Amino acid sequence: MTTTIIECTDVNFRYENSTVLEDISLKVKEGEFWALIGPNGSGKSTLINIILGLLKADQGTVKLFGQNVDSFKQRERIGYVSQKSNSFNSGFPATVLEVVKSGLTRKVGLFKSFSKHDEQKALDALRIVKMEDFASHNIGELSGGQQQRVFIARALVGEPDLLIMDEPTVGIDQKNVASFYSMLNELNREHGIAILLVTHEIDLVTELASHVACLNRSIHFHGIQADYKKMNDADISLWYGHPVRRVHQEQKGV
Amino acid sequence: MTVINALFTYEFLQNAFLSGLIIGVIAPLLGLFIVVRRLALIADALSHVALAGIAGSLFLSQSVLMFSALNPVYLGMASAVGGSLLIERLRGAYKNFEELAIPIILSTGIGFGAIFISLAKGFGSDLVGYLFGSVSAVSRQDLWIIVVIAIVVIAFIRFFYKEMFALSFDKEYAKVSGINGKIIQMFFMIIVALVIGASMRIVGILLVSSLMTIPVAAAIQLAKSFKGALVYSIVIGELSVIIGLFSAFHLDIAPGGTIVITSIIILLLVLSWNKMKGKKPTRKRKGEFA
Repeated sequence: MTTTIIECTDVNFRYENSTVLEDISLKVKEGEFWALIGPNGSGKSTLINIILGLLKADQGTVKLFGQNVDSFKQRERIGYVSQKSNSFNSGFPATVLEVVKSGLTRKVGLFKSFSKHDEQKALDALRIVKMEDFASHNIGELSGGQQQRVFIARALVGEPDLLIMDEPTVGIDQKNVASFYSMLNELNREHGIAILLVTHEIDLVTELASHVACLNRSIHFHGIQADYKKMNDADISLWYGHPVRRVHQEQKGV
Repeated sequence: MTVINALFTYEFLQNAFLSGLIIGVIAPLLGLFIVVRRLALIADALSHVALAGIAGSLFLSQSVLMFSALNPVYLGMASAVGGSLLIERLRGAYKNFEELAIPIILSTGIGFGAIFISLAKGFGSDLVGYLFGSVSAVSRQDLWIIVVIAIVVIAFIRFFYKEMFALSFDKEYAKVSGINGKIIQMFFMIIVALVIGASMRIVGILLVSSLMTIPVAAAIQLAKSFKGALVYSIVIGELSVIIGLFSAFHLDIAPGGTIVITSIIILLLVLSWNKMKGKKPTRKRKGEFA
């Protein structure tokens, strides 16, 4: 039996007087690759923050690996990659290796220092994202896409079972987005890591994901990728709030 | 008499130099974490709160017999610790204006300081020593206080280095990965307050925060890694303290001034060195990904 990794049941969230999320129920299981899509302001990031325990739902429950999110302690099982621009100061004096190692902080535990073995793990994680040659570079010297790869390595170094990413391609060169997604695909297929990816790009990512959830305050569709593809653009436009035309991979000749 | 000869002759000079050397390590060490977390002004605010404690203690020592033998450094440190906890509280109360906590605490410190100084009708040279530092005022007891605080600081950084790094680099990520930022932050603030209290004998209240921030400002211009920034900060801090104390002794001026101006000169040298080299090489290769 496959394990349920994320289980949201009837999650509601209000911000001041407006409802941001309404009756959200979602299940992510082992090895699945979910794309959470929706227009700007649809509550995607709020939902992610609730799943991560950064925000508290007004109603409903969130379970991670079967445990309530409030009492969930095995944080090292989750790797998190945020929108890059949000949370880091590009003048920070740190090397790529130091940043990746910081992903092991919790796993190594209080009062202990990183060992040679931890350093090796960090280098291995950098190899997965093809950034091993940059280990000794200053993090601020890298391009946006390279930095994002480093943050993925930081999320991967603790060998998580789940990778949660909030619009990780914001600020990345368009031509690099495809190679970024193929790397995610590899992580999912070869390393068996479950992925929950938030994005407003509805084309590329839904080709890669095994499951798709469409959010705009409430969930309008969730299911396997094949069913999502069968939906017509008019239906999607209806809940998206503006006309949407999906471009399929075959048409693009990828 | 040369400084070296004098050092062997006078105990007060030994106290001053030894405490200076210790502070030259611990102030920039904590300062690095303060700077990268953009809290540089907090050190300033806390030193002014320490002023209130010192002035209060000096005033009480004039009027209450019990306080006459008490080392003012204790009350100075205690009020800085109180101030650090208050800043954390205020930052919580003004979520959208976190920096507002700093001027509030700073003014409170100066306000109380001014009241106590007036009540005591001024403290003369004692007060000048606390404001700008002094080579002659450091007692053996002060030196021991500084040694104990240095042990606490180094133990804290040794045991919480990786947590402090994670919290400083990316607070949100640290929270998601389950690091208890609140408790570590509180310990950190208390330790910062203690170091400010300990350093003020040498560099003085008004210049304490500079020894925490200026060596770091120079170090982050030079370093690529966090460990490197740490080493550079300490080396520059030590250089400033040693050169500053020697010149303070020779020129007979307050060491706070000479130490801080030395660190400023080092910072300027570093900045011009970087400019000559054409700044940090930016290895950004546009569009590169794989």
